[in-house]
Amino acid sequence: MSSAPSSTYSAVTLTVNGEKHTLTVDHRTTLLDALRERLDLTGTKKGCDQGQCGACTVLVDGRRNLSCLQLAVAAEGREITTIEGVAEGDGLHPVQEAFLELDGYQCGYCTPGQICSAIAVIEEHAAGWPSAATDDLRPEAGPPPLTPEEIRERMSGNLCRCGAYVSIVQAVARAAADRSAAKEAVA
Amino acid sequence: MTTAPTARQGAVGTAHTRVEGRDKVTGAARYAAEIPFPGLAHGWLVLSTVARGRIRALDTAPVLAMPGVRTVLHHGNAPQVATDYPGLMGGKPDPTAAVFQHDRVPHPGWPVALVVAETPEQAREAAEALVVHYEQEPHDVVFTADHPRARPTGGFGPAVTEKGDLEAELAASAAVVDAEYTTPEEYHNPMEPHGATARWEDGRLEVVDSNQGTMWVAGELANLFSLDPSAVRVRSEHVGGGFGSKGVRAHQVAAVMAATVLRRPVRVVMTRRQMFSLAGYRSPTAQRIRLGADADGRLRALEHRSLSLTSTVHEFNESASAPSRVMYDADAHHTVNSVVRLDVGTPTWMRAPGEAPGSFALESALDELAEKLGVDPIDLRLRNEPERGPVSGLPFAGRNLSACFREGARRFGWADRDPRPGVRRDGRWLLGTGTAAASFPAGAGPSTAAVTAEADGSFTVRINAADIGTGARTALTLVAADALDVVPDRVRVRIGDSDFGPAMIAGGSTGTRSWSWAIRLAAAELRERLAPDVRVPPEGVTVRSDTTAALGALTQRERHSYGAQFAEVAVDPATGEVRVRRMLGVFAAGRIVNPLTARGQLTGGMVWGISMALHEEGVRDRATGGHYGADLASYHVAAHADVPAVEAHWVDDHDPDDPVGIKGIGEVGIVGAAAAVANAVWHATGVRHRHLPIRPDRVLLAGAPDA
Amino acid sequence: MREFDYRCAHDVPGALALLDGDPEARFLGGGTNLVDLMKTGVERPARLVDVRELPLDRIEPTADGGLRIGATVTNSDLAAHPEVRRRYPALTQAVLAGASGQLRNMATVGGNLLQRTRCGYFADITKPCNKRVPGSGCPAVEGEHHNHAVLGASEHCVATHPSDMGVALAAFDAVVSYATPDGPGELPFGDFYLPVGDTPHRETALPPGALITGVTLPAVPVAARSRYRKVRERASYAFAIGSVAAALDVRDGVVHDVRLAFGAVASRPWRARTAERALTGAPADAGTFAAAADAELAAARPLPHNAYKVTLMRNLVVAELTRLTEEASR
Repeated sequence: MSSAPSSTYSAVTLTVNGEKHTLTVDHRTTLLDALRERLDLTGTKKGCDQGQCGACTVLVDGRRNLSCLQLAVAAEGREITTIEGVAEGDGLHPVQEAFLELDGYQCGYCTPGQICSAIAVIEEHAAGWPSAATDDLRPEAGPPPLTPEEIRERMSGNLCRCGAYVSIVQAVARAAADRSAAKEAVA
Repeated sequence: MTTAPTARQGAVGTAHTRVEGRDKVTGAARYAAEIPFPGLAHGWLVLSTVARGRIRALDTAPVLAMPGVRTVLHHGNAPQVATDYPGLMGGKPDPTAAVFQHDRVPHPGWPVALVVAETPEQAREAAEALVVHYEQEPHDVVFTADHPRARPTGGFGPAVTEKGDLEAELAASAAVVDAEYTTPEEYHNPMEPHGATARWEDGRLEVVDSNQGTMWVAGELANLFSLDPSAVRVRSEHVGGGFGSKGVRAHQVAAVMAATVLRRPVRVVMTRRQMFSLAGYRSPTAQRIRLGADADGRLRALEHRSLSLTSTVHEFNESASAPSRVMYDADAHHTVNSVVRLDVGTPTWMRAPGEAPGSFALESALDELAEKLGVDPIDLRLRNEPERGPVSGLPFAGRNLSACFREGARRFGWADRDPRPGVRRDGRWLLGTGTAAASFPAGAGPSTAAVTAEADGSFTVRINAADIGTGARTALTLVAADALDVVPDRVRVRIGDSDFGPAMIAGGSTGTRSWSWAIRLAAAELRERLAPDVRVPPEGVTVRSDTTAALGALTQRERHSYGAQFAEVAVDPATGEVRVRRMLGVFAAGRIVNPLTARGQLTGGMVWGISMALHEEGVRDRATGGHYGADLASYHVAAHADVPAVEAHWVDDHDPDDPVGIKGIGEVGIVGAAAAVANAVWHATGVRHRHLPIRPDRVLLAGAPDA
Repeated sequence: MREFDYRCAHDVPGALALLDGDPEARFLGGGTNLVDLMKTGVERPARLVDVRELPLDRIEPTADGGLRIGATVTNSDLAAHPEVRRRYPALTQAVLAGASGQLRNMATVGGNLLQRTRCGYFADITKPCNKRVPGSGCPAVEGEHHNHAVLGASEHCVATHPSDMGVALAAFDAVVSYATPDGPGELPFGDFYLPVGDTPHRETALPPGALITGVTLPAVPVAARSRYRKVRERASYAFAIGSVAAALDVRDGVVHDVRLAFGAVASRPWRARTAERALTGAPADAGTFAAAADAELAAARPLPHNAYKVTLMRNLVVAELTRLTEEASR
């Protein structure tokens, strides 16, 4: 962070989807508002603005975070990935593809958060992180099978008021299965 | 070029991904508060902290001196609006939306001011800093079944329907159920908060909004601000859920006022907390049901009395006895819908108004009657299939409830069910299954559409539809493609713009039916005009339609969609936890336009049923009259982990009189779903839960059967 | 939200200096609670000192066989840590039972200990609350309290502590380390939270201006056989209405060692020492478990709408100790 022009504003450089943006922010500005109001990246949604719905989920240094509870000024130096940046090039990320094909949404407002969360869920699971639905916590047990129950628990921080949960879970399961199939093919 | 549509397989009835799907999964779809405007200012609403009284003073001077603040609007300086007009949805508008017109505070969360500043952060802090002095008056916010001010009123249908001698038939019955059921305040909580941006552009008011009908909102704004309807344009391209809550609300009116005063675009977005006060809700209900039946299950008596609440400033009646007027007949058949006026905000339509809470009571009572008679709950319902509308006397235009139950029972494995309660265990869990019937009116509203044959061989449909997540945009594309006899790729459907002319709102499960009707009329005429050798000029050939006459010509019938709901639950009697293990619904809902999105509509409704049965409850603090826990951490809607495998299927359902054949599917999915869950909880535990939600503490204190 | 100064600290002395003992300044960890409270107006700091860059993000074994957990370790990293999963599985389960994946990635151990109650009166500045505005009253006692405290509360405040992690830490005798400009200090978990009494606004025994630097778990052999169970009003992403952390060592059918702590029933994670005493040396059967729970819950003072918590906690104790007994005999 460069030196503050005033005690309540700072210049920050945000790295979003690989691009650096330098802007002066009111310290009160959340990462969510900086993305939406300052960088015109409106794919990240504001559902509750208090950490209770998951619509604002983005990846920060590869981990899923809630951008509504993250101050923009404190996001300096972090790699931020939003829904606009999850795909490589003009294509869709496999999780986006699965949501589209299996109708893993209705109104679409929670969708970017669900997708960002799902991308991280698949990585967290592959890294062997347990969840509240995991029976065997022993590290040597390895990642538990990614059952619908595991997916539901891991995705529970993303509310969907339309109730599209059934197809969202199917989409996450398909994307996860495709990912592990691809890994096996490589191995 | 000439247009020569080629014969092809119909698009309606085959699965299609959403036409705007790519925009939704990439974040490219812009919702109301996401459309940039140069010179935009941000408004923040200030709501009353007292439940009833009068505004004595507002200390605006220090707020106006805060950084970035441009104005503070309140009853002392806001533009006047007219409220004495017949609203587009019948009756006068809810005065909660006609903000800042007087100093009265009729309920907690009443909008008292709008603070407008350059940035949202400045507006929020200034709004929070605004000191408002109130003269407080005593309030009454407590809803009770025996409230002395309760009185019958009309809502959806008459206040009272009566035939036969109820007491005599009850006395002559082999079995009688007399039970009271309650449902709490429930809040829509669409994921996208209500938000609108207003600006004046060349003498015309332009509002970008998130709503369920742009013509509705435009019409109300024109009336409120005494503008010619042509001087108002409202657009609403993507809508992040509505469920009945996205009509005319305080934020749009406040934004228009501020844009007018400041002569620049102003955006007002509700906070999640404010939505609990400003966006409407489902009234709590207290219902009493009395059923009397012969030993074989034939109903002799059916009484359904519903009490709901409304505000002191506007009438709304949840009308929970609605399903009893359609579902079952009896020699004596009485229904009453009453309301009591309290010092609370006005409730409104919420997904399956009337039917959702009403079916919980009615379908629970049927289950209780089946238990008393020793009759299978499905058999009991099938033995009471009426020939004609129990109240209307009209014939049914297709009533495929029994087909739903037969198909549902087969798929769910109902035949193997042991009717005894409290006898199945899986570890710490008691298991049970339950069923319930569902119905919802299949209506339509007058709509206009314009279909244009473009010079490049494609077609553009302009219709003022709203896609609030229903998949309407995609469904209408398929309907138009079939009507024009082209592949869907050649049809572009544009919606959500009041300039497209009048059309039904997305509400009452009428949208897709109403809009499809208009598109088909226009498309049929367009095809006639486009003889094979007609050259399409560069501006295209456009045909407009209006369904008003066609709707009027429709024969009077009882038109509804139906469903059979099944649930399996697990109950831990040691902790009171209830988990739905699986849910299945079979529906008779007319022609299914897009199976992919239709399934989501139906299962989404069923998820609402789970949420209603187990989680949702708005809590009011008696002392202040305000909400307790007005946020998504306290007001629980079902999360991923609460929702198991939920299946929806449908049976063939044709109404020969109906030229469209589409019925609504947005609401029937929730109807009966909470009752199916509650009936399954009884089957698991032997304990009947008549008060929603079925919280752990309620299950725990109700105990478990001796078994 | 009021305007505020923001500073990022890179070492502990620097963080303490930036805070400078200013009562209007706050340390910012993951922000999952503080930023929310700033939005609702409950917290109105004039300065935030960001402590996430402090070198306190490690989990290391201690010489006596315990673990030292840095204050800025995230909940996710704590829950996934192999040694935590092996030696204190109830702690992993407790952390994973809390919040959501996103929040666990942000939230820190130090912040978790200092999170504020989720009482709806505390969170709503339009209503009275003794914890927020001392002397303004506690509307929960007469009003909405179905998820409020039954143990250790007072007429001045019946709010509960929302932490799941803290319940496991309480069971395992964690010690909280902190730094002040005058030097470091330590507080045993049992002394970390203050009794409610008539000062519900004073929540911890930390000296003013102190910074939590870490939590040390001693070697607790019985913790290897431990469980955390949480009951809530939806299946996930909700605060507890009752929870229990339990560890049990049964030898020859007799309770050799036991740890028991309750969540969502008191102003702090509630170590059930009375129950532990009743259990130790007694036969490991449902009767003993129920009697021990009853002994602990004899001190409960429920209000009209939260008496179910007494039944709930009793049932949870019996269920979890029974399950641990069965697992041990396998």
